[in-house]
Amino acid sequence: MGLIADILIPGKDAAGPCLALTAPISFWGGVDPRTGDIIDARHPERGRNIAGTVLALPGTIGSSSASAVLLELVHAGKAPVAILMDAPDAILLLGLVVAREMGWPTPPALRLPAAQQQALSGRRVLVSSQGAITTEAE
Amino acid sequence: MVELSPEERAIAAGTQGEGAAMAMRIVAESARLMGAPKLIPVASAHIDGALYHGDSGTLFAEKLVEGGAKVAVRATLNVGALAPAGCAAIRLAAHERDMAARMMRAYEAMGCEPSWTCAPYQAGHRPKLGSDVAWGESNAVVFCNSVLGARTNRYGDFLDIACAIAGRAPDYGLHQPENRLATLVIDVRGLSQALRASDVFYPVLGTILGRTAGSAVAVIDGLQGCTTEDRLKALGAAAASAGGVGLFHIAGVTPEAPDLATALGRQPPRERIVLTAPEVQAALARLSTAGPTERVDAVAIGSPHLSLAEIDEVERLLAGRSLKTPLYANTGRHVLRPLEAGGRRKALEEAGVIFVADTCVVVTPILPEIAGAVLMTNSGKFAHYAPGNTGYAVTYGSLAECVESAVAGHLVREPRAWA
Repeated sequence: MGLIADILIPGKDAAGPCLALTAPISFWGGVDPRTGDIIDARHPERGRNIAGTVLALPGTIGSSSASAVLLELVHAGKAPVAILMDAPDAILLLGLVVAREMGWPTPPALRLPAAQQQALSGRRVLVSSQGAITTEAE
Repeated sequence: MVELSPEERAIAAGTQGEGAAMAMRIVAESARLMGAPKLIPVASAHIDGALYHGDSGTLFAEKLVEGGAKVAVRATLNVGALAPAGCAAIRLAAHERDMAARMMRAYEAMGCEPSWTCAPYQAGHRPKLGSDVAWGESNAVVFCNSVLGARTNRYGDFLDIACAIAGRAPDYGLHQPENRLATLVIDVRGLSQALRASDVFYPVLGTILGRTAGSAVAVIDGLQGCTTEDRLKALGAAAASAGGVGLFHIAGVTPEAPDLATALGRQPPRERIVLTAPEVQAALARLSTAGPTERVDAVAIGSPHLSLAEIDEVERLLAGRSLKTPLYANTGRHVLRPLEAGGRRKALEEAGVIFVADTCVVVTPILPEIAGAVLMTNSGKFAHYAPGNTGYAVTYGSLAECVESAVAGHLVREPRAWA
């Protein structure tokens, strides 16, 4: 399958296994900034690790420190390789804006409706710098 | 699409140095992501970003300093992870302590005031009614909007300092007058006057406000003649920890609500909630997590940081007695200074009060690690964050109950009708 998504934060081509979350998440208090583990006790994907994934977010729960957690993940090498979001969360994405300003490798972020995210779950997904999202043939 | 002025574009391209350029680009990118059409000048900033969460935040602040960045407007600092003004011992490992100290120095080097308080509005930083500012720290944001009538969104880490350096913020949200009108009425007139005029009611009401309003703007009806500045501070802090509240109005009390109709913009409310005694009692019960126990291992007050008036009240309640359980009094330098001058700090410390200045017990490890420990507090914000951040279970009570419990060494309740 192939899709073209709006680019929220541009980046290089990226590829990785897609982790499509099934519930909204707060990065602050929900993701361990040192490891990328999902630590929110009430989250259905608790215990999964977001590092190196194409992370699909059906929603985010706002915290003004979400950007700090994402920046810390980028700095620690534990960030997703790309982020797909149903709705742009300016506070979370600010972490990528700052990572780019710091000169650190910045994963791209694209807008993808939640309804289209689950079809990618568990598959290896390629995200092009032009916004094309494709899955590798099985 | 955000449109920058020629001057803003020039700054973003580096005419005022790389630090100023980086800050302007961050503000402009945020405006783009938020859908703001342009940037607006801000009169001041309150910076929450100097609290250490990890090394990347320290490196970010130091890169701004290396780029020659200076704040363009008055910028006060929220709490840090260390306490240069002294008092309680902080159990941070050497690396974290070093990086937290570097971070605090970097923010001061950019010209931020070393206020190190979450109650800057009681430390002399009070923006004018109707002015646009860029504030961080949820309780400070809600106080600034609601009680002072200045206009700010919730500016989080990185964006707060970027706005302070650029002297600008994205034009959206609560900067725009139409978004400041209430759409929800919370009617508390059915509750007793005694309850409405007691300190202990306000964190409970704030919790209800946070849960029911979310990020919507509410106007509360029925508190005329019942509020003090410290009660409004407690209300806002609880509301902002229980929900996404950035602004509330109180009819006949707060500056944008001379009456109910004005606060609503003369439109009918989308929703009207009449608060009843059982709902208040349910919210009160949710503030405590310790269950039916008389155990109290520590008492913590001062989230937001205590005012001088609140310390006066602690002294009055103590009445010269000593404490069996430590009472952590979280406050700022603006309060410690006058206390020291009068010898009052020493007297309180001799009675068993532990002052925590520049920081607080839920953002950095201060409370001793004790299995099954219970923290007693009169703060809705401490009640919300202490279980997750400190491992202590919480018992919520009034300031008088907190002081009496600390004197007795176990929970002491006073009779009160929650109706």
